Amino acid sequence: MQVLESRHVTKEVSSPEGTLTIVADVSFAVERGQSIAIIGPSGSGKSTLLAMLAGLDLPSRGTVLLNGTELTSLDEDGRARLRAGHVGFVFQSFHLVPSLTALENVLLPLELGGVADAQVRAREALARVGLDARRRHYPRQLSGGEQQRVAIARAFVTRPDLLFADEPTGNLDSVTGARVVELLFEFNRELGTTLVLVTHEQSLAKRCQRVLTLDAGRLSSDVVGDA
Amino acid sequence: MKKALRFALVAFVRDVKSGELAVLFGALVIAVAALTAVGFFTSRISQAIRAQAGEVLAADLRLDSGRIPAPGYEAEAHARGLAVAHLISFPSVVYAGDASQLATVLGVDGAYPLRGQLKIAAVPYGPAHPVTGIPAPGEAWADSRLLARLALPVGGLLRLGALELRVAAVLDYRPDQGMGFADLAPTVLVNAADLERSVLLGSGSRVTRSLLYAGSTEAVDAYAAWLRARKSAAERLTDASESSEQMKSATERSGRFLNLAALVTVLLAAVAVAMAARRYASRRLDLVALLKSLGASQRFVLGTTVAELALVALCGALAGTALGLLAESGLAWLVRGLFKTSLPPPSLLPAWLGLGTAATMLAGFALPPLLQLRRVPPARVLRHDLEPPPLRWGAPYLAAAAALSALLYVLVGDPRLVGYAVGGLAGSALVLGMAGVALVRVTAAVRGGAGAAWRYGLANVARRGRESVVQIVAFGLSLTVLLLLALVRNDLIDEWQRSLPPGAPNHFLINIPPSDARPLAEFLTARGVAPPVLAPWVRARLVSVNGQPMQGRMPKTDRGRAFAEREQNLSWSEALPPDNRLVEGAWWQHPDPAQPLVSVASEFQDELGLKIGDRLSFDVAGESITATVANVRKVRWDGFRPNFFLLFAPGVLDASTGTFMTSVHLDDAQRPALAELVRRFPSVTVIDVAALLGEVRRIMDRAAIAVEYVFGFTLTAGLAVLFAAIQSTRDERRYESAILRTLGASRRTVLYGVAAEFTALGLLAGVLAASAASVIGWLVATRLFGLHYSFDATVWLGGLLAGALIVGVAGTVATRRVVRSSPMRSLRDV
Ligand SMILES: Nc1ncnc2c1ncn2[C@@H]1O[C@H](COP(=O)(O)OP(=O)(O)O)[C@@H](O)[C@H]1O
Ligand SMILES: [Mg+2]
Repeated sequence: MQVLESRHVTKEVSSPEGTLTIVADVSFAVERGQSIAIIGPSGSGKSTLLAMLAGLDLPSRGTVLLNGTELTSLDEDGRARLRAGHVGFVFQSFHLVPSLTALENVLLPLELGGVADAQVRAREALARVGLDARRRHYPRQLSGGEQQRVAIARAFVTRPDLLFADEPTGNLDSVTGARVVELLFEFNRELGTTLVLVTHEQSLAKRCQRVLTLDAGRLSSDVVGDA
Repeated sequence: MKKALRFALVAFVRDVKSGELAVLFGALVIAVAALTAVGFFTSRISQAIRAQAGEVLAADLRLDSGRIPAPGYEAEAHARGLAVAHLISFPSVVYAGDASQLATVLGVDGAYPLRGQLKIAAVPYGPAHPVTGIPAPGEAWADSRLLARLALPVGGLLRLGALELRVAAVLDYRPDQGMGFADLAPTVLVNAADLERSVLLGSGSRVTRSLLYAGSTEAVDAYAAWLRARKSAAERLTDASESSEQMKSATERSGRFLNLAALVTVLLAAVAVAMAARRYASRRLDLVALLKSLGASQRFVLGTTVAELALVALCGALAGTALGLLAESGLAWLVRGLFKTSLPPPSLLPAWLGLGTAATMLAGFALPPLLQLRRVPPARVLRHDLEPPPLRWGAPYLAAAAALSALLYVLVGDPRLVGYAVGGLAGSALVLGMAGVALVRVTAAVRGGAGAAWRYGLANVARRGRESVVQIVAFGLSLTVLLLLALVRNDLIDEWQRSLPPGAPNHFLINIPPSDARPLAEFLTARGVAPPVLAPWVRARLVSVNGQPMQGRMPKTDRGRAFAEREQNLSWSEALPPDNRLVEGAWWQHPDPAQPLVSVASEFQDELGLKIGDRLSFDVAGESITATVANVRKVRWDGFRPNFFLLFAPGVLDASTGTFMTSVHLDDAQRPALAELVRRFPSVTVIDVAALLGEVRRIMDRAAIAVEYVFGFTLTAGLAVLFAAIQSTRDERRYESAILRTLGASRRTVLYGVAAEFTALGLLAGVLAASAASVIGWLVATRLFGLHYSFDATVWLGGLLAGALIVGVAGTVATRRVVRSSPMRSLRDV
């Protein structure tokens, strides 16, 4: 079954020099449990596409289907509700709340969703990324890689169907990055979470089952790999 | 919703811990504390002032009647726990040997006076000391004037009808001797028991019987209301508040100083709240975007924001009120001894107003930018530059300013004062804003010339444009207030105290016949007294207004009725007298005697409901004179110079009509000369106001301290604005400095750049603030307090220095940490 489908998604913005097309007519579908990478040079529209796929932003034309629900038919709150149940995020700059401890950061999506055994699950998730001992630490007391692992725990603690990651290793050195990537694929295997990764790192892209290449907003290749 | 509340609570605790709310919270606490402190204080002080003013009545409440008051009055007063004293007064001729003199005889009982103290002396115009008690039966205390007239020594015998009384002492002062010149004849104080036995009271019609009451404010007020409903029109009720123009004038003025300080404090704090909220909101953009990406709804974002703000309001109001109460006790301690009675407990109203202020300030100035948070695009988690649609500030801020003004009006009850404070601040902000825009443009043009740090700093001022203008306005406002406090405050307070200098007149001389005017002036100057200024003085009764007899338009208040029924003191003058300020109409230039004009005091206008152009008819010594109201004056009664509710244009009254009056300052060494003066000029009446003058001066001195103290709050609010303005660009600076450092700029270059930017902003704001402070200082002095104001060039120097130093140094120091932190960390945190 298809968990995500992009149909002729286009994003245009108006600028002083006229209309600018950032993403142009992108169509593809992702099977449940699949891992795909979106690659392309900086400025090619990867983040913009990701925002539309996750319902953070709406396309100018075209539609996005998430778990069979047409995102364009929902209002902002409707899309937020859908994300709360089905979507997790990992960002390049981690986006941990600086005033919350590691555990509180992981608790955040559970509390928003009103989950009953939130504490237990959050502790489990933190333990899963190897940071249970650091649960009372604040983000500034953690290294970059540790912060990203907390972010991964936060993303997976709700057991989402889909995980979107925008340059998850962009701010990390290669060793730390590798550990983070490892975690992402472990979750992908264990929970059957579909991974949509934006990256410009070939090594990371190669580990995905499928690689989409974006060039100036257009899908220029769609390669199903051997991973 | 429960979820949102819980989240708000957690967020609140977290924000408090991390100091994120510090400026917002601080500004709120300052505003509420200033308002409650001044509110509590003025409410208590006004009660105490009333008790103080009671001295002038020798009671809190006084009933005067031509007949014996109904016995029920006294019984009711006792039932309500009030103290009561009886007073009988009538004019009578008294004799000593062959000499005779018309005197006012006052018979009192042992309870008199209920407020204040009698003072007696051993010889006429000699040194006096306070006493408790009254003359024993068979004895009398006569005032110096009477004894001088009768050439009677202390210990001599005074005949009063069939009574023979021994003069046991000189009556130097009694609290109710008054300033109204009603008691023109010299006084002799006797024991009422003697009078009841004598036949004098049988003569009837001229006897005034008074009941004096004293007690707690509530009991007195309740009793006064009870009595007012029952008493006949012939019985006149006076309460302490209307007893002395001088005392009232002095206390009103100090109240206005205090209120103005509180108003400015609240308004400044509102500016700080608005700025802090903007920054708080902008710092929450990322959190909100993250929450949204994690599935939070707009309602959730809204709910948590409003709930958190409500928590801030509640805590701010509580902390502010507590601090205000504390400050108020300090204030009460500072003015201790000003009142003989202990200060009554404060009322609770200011606490509610404090909560109301906190809620209004937050709802009006903090909520708009925070509400905008719900519109944060969730895609901001991926693209940092995405922001909510810009807020249209105008409408919500205007509404908030209006609500705050209304609240302040409730608190202060003086629309003019609120108008000046709000208008002044808004006007300054507008001018500062426009000047800021212009200066930012100029800065953009000149930046090429300077060195690297300056170039970078000035470029920043220009590039940040809007933010720079906001900062200039905020720096400018706080510097304006700081300058006003530093430079103008002293002038104002000095000037105020100077209005009652050590040499202020302490004796009024009235009933000076025209033929005595010159010899009297010579008599005084020969004894080292400054040459007196003589004012014509006529007694007249108002007969009709616009042809309508006074009986038909009797005012409701006792005071108004006194204006309408009693003889008034009036005078004429070519020029507007020094302590007077025109509030309506124009002063006469070359008045035509055929078209008589009259100028009325604002109190007279208010009580009788007069307007310019009304025709007033007077009975002046049997002659009827009709004059048109030409203008209305506001009189400063606390100057202790002759002033009048009614002034005619010159030529309206015959120059030979009436007498003259003057006021002089006599020191203790000069006072004995009064005995000779009274003998040489037998028709002249001397009224001693030294005691009253002393009271007014004491109020002024203590109130000046209180004002300084409240200005402390204003200063803090000004610093809060400054701090909020410095904070407002901190995050941006952090990012910029990280980039510059990454590009290889040394820490020092970046810091110099920051210093250059803040110094430039401070200099600009300082010059603007100096101009604003000059104009506002002038307006406040002349318009609000009727004081003279001289422009002072040092204000500009002060502005430049304060701007460069305070803003430059504080800004640089506050930003130093940002510049210091490692570029890697800074870049990652954004
Ligand atoms: N709202 C917008 N307004 C203007 N330009 C935009 C907007 N969103 C994206 N862009 C531009 O579109 C291009 C693609 O951006 P992005 O999706 O962030 O690229 P990538 O993630 O591949 O580096 C960039 O040049 C960016 O500046
Ligand atoms: Mg990107």
